[in-house]
Amino acid sequence: MSQIGAALPGLGWLLDSPFMRNAFLAGTLIALACGLVGYFLVLRAQVFTSDALSHVAFTAALGALAFGLDPRLGLFAGTILVALAMAALGRRASADDVVIGSTFAWVLGLGVLFLTLYTTQRSTANGVASVNYLFGSIFGLSTTQAASAALVAAAISAGVVVIARPLLFASLDEAVAAAAGVPVRLLGVVFLVLVAATTAEATQAVGALLVLGLVAAPAGAAQQLTARPYRALGLSVTFSLGAMWLGLTASYLAPRMPPSFAIIAVASLTYLLATIWASATRGRLARRSGRHPATVS
Amino acid sequence: MLWLLVAAGPASWPGRLLGEARGLFSYRFMVNAYEAGTIVAVMAALVGWFMVLRRQTFAGHTLSVVAFPGAAAAILLGVSAGLGYYGFCLAAALVIAVAPRGSAAAGGFSQESAVIGTVQAFALASGFLFVALYHGFLESVNSLLFGTFLGITNGQVIVLLVVALGVVAVLALVGRPLLFASIDPAVAAVHGVPVRLLGGVFLVLLGLTAAATTQVTGALLVFALLVMPAATAQRLTARPAVSLILSVGIALGVIWVALAIAYYTPYPLGFWVTSVAFGLYVAATLSTAARHRDARRAAHLTGLDQAA
Repeated sequence: MSQIGAALPGLGWLLDSPFMRNAFLAGTLIALACGLVGYFLVLRAQVFTSDALSHVAFTAALGALAFGLDPRLGLFAGTILVALAMAALGRRASADDVVIGSTFAWVLGLGVLFLTLYTTQRSTANGVASVNYLFGSIFGLSTTQAASAALVAAAISAGVVVIARPLLFASLDEAVAAAAGVPVRLLGVVFLVLVAATTAEATQAVGALLVLGLVAAPAGAAQQLTARPYRALGLSVTFSLGAMWLGLTASYLAPRMPPSFAIIAVASLTYLLATIWASATRGRLARRSGRHPATVS
Repeated sequence: MLWLLVAAGPASWPGRLLGEARGLFSYRFMVNAYEAGTIVAVMAALVGWFMVLRRQTFAGHTLSVVAFPGAAAAILLGVSAGLGYYGFCLAAALVIAVAPRGSAAAGGFSQESAVIGTVQAFALASGFLFVALYHGFLESVNSLLFGTFLGITNGQVIVLLVVALGVVAVLALVGRPLLFASIDPAVAAVHGVPVRLLGGVFLVLLGLTAAATTQVTGALLVFALLVMPAATAQRLTARPAVSLILSVGIALGVIWVALAIAYYTPYPLGFWVTSVAFGLYVAATLSTAARHRDARRAAHLTGLDQAA
């Protein structure tokens, strides 16, 4: 990391303190994973699923704390188990957002129970633990935590890249992909597990409640700007990384602003600008071809 | 605790229950909690029923989450929290009502969910910013998010009642065309029903309901009261009027039972509300599935195979 700092003399001061180095190391790889996974989530219209998984992440982390386990163990075990359960319920159930909604509302209720158990039974505990898991604490990562977070995020990203081609095929046209011999169902399950791992991982950086922003906003923005899959995937990763770096820097410069807010604010702004840009381009195209904007899509 | 009550034996049941009820209502805050809970349950069940029918659960979840930054901003600025709840939820409802039109043309359903997801995450992030700017109330973040029934004032109950009467009145006014537009928007539009306008009006009603419900259940658990009673009722019957009434009944039952349990146990209200509601939902799903199986078996036995 220090070599990078030396290579960028203008920005070297950013990486002077160890907590910023840790935040940038973990944040960069988490943003990479979120950008990759997010693109497919938006493409497959499964954003709500990741919303549900992020609520599971909160409950799982607090459950682990309440029973005196390592919260990271709870995070990964909880989200991956729920993802597998969602996959086992099959296509019909996974499409039904009322089922998902009812289930995660209850899961969140369980999280509140664990929160109460944790805060009342352990004398050292306080409300800060829950706030950290809900809203993240990327500046609080230790060097080992940051390194392991980066490793896991890198593994998730590699996993997405490996299955990217068949997954894209299966997402765009499931029936044709199945006919061509692509294992559509297996891909869906593997993808859900990757989403779960990403959620668990990103919870440590931006928090369970804000994962959704880092997953949905860059990918949504990318798909507004281009219809070509690989370009959109690349843009999604770029926006996600940009949001992470700009957010961390902004939060470093203005310490009263929490990093999670800065990251999500940059991501949301990107989405807004992409929407405006896309509708302006459509309007220009429409005028050039002499048609009403509404008829061009 | 309630199980102690049950274990006390059948002989003393009615008397004990009456005594316990008198104890429950001897505190002003419990009376207020029950009044607020009742108002909110009726409103949330009615609006939630339409929400489930219209498949707008993700939008409903987002609107309810917006109440959190609303309350946090109000506390930061030193104005009443109610102003923040209603102001933010109304604003978010209008944003969602207006936004999908521009982007629905671009990418259809998946874009709409990206918009809603982004709005939701940004709202929560803003709430966290307001909390961070206003030092020293991290503990109350939990009560804003997960609800508390201890601090409901008489004034709040009156405002809740006024808002609820307004929402229910408007819903009664637009109910029939809204039902039509929800079940088949294309046919309704052909018949001259203003589908888009109705959709906007409904989102505003949903926003107001979310803002009101937040004050009892907390921002993150509003969803339980909006979606679960309606989903349970729609599982049990397909007839609109019956399931609408059933939905209100279930919501009332859930909130009354949950408040009573929360009073006797150290665990939070939000957990009991979601657990009771989810238990009913699962029971309804299982009983419906069993009934369908029996019906299939009966049809099979009489030779009328429904699979054909």
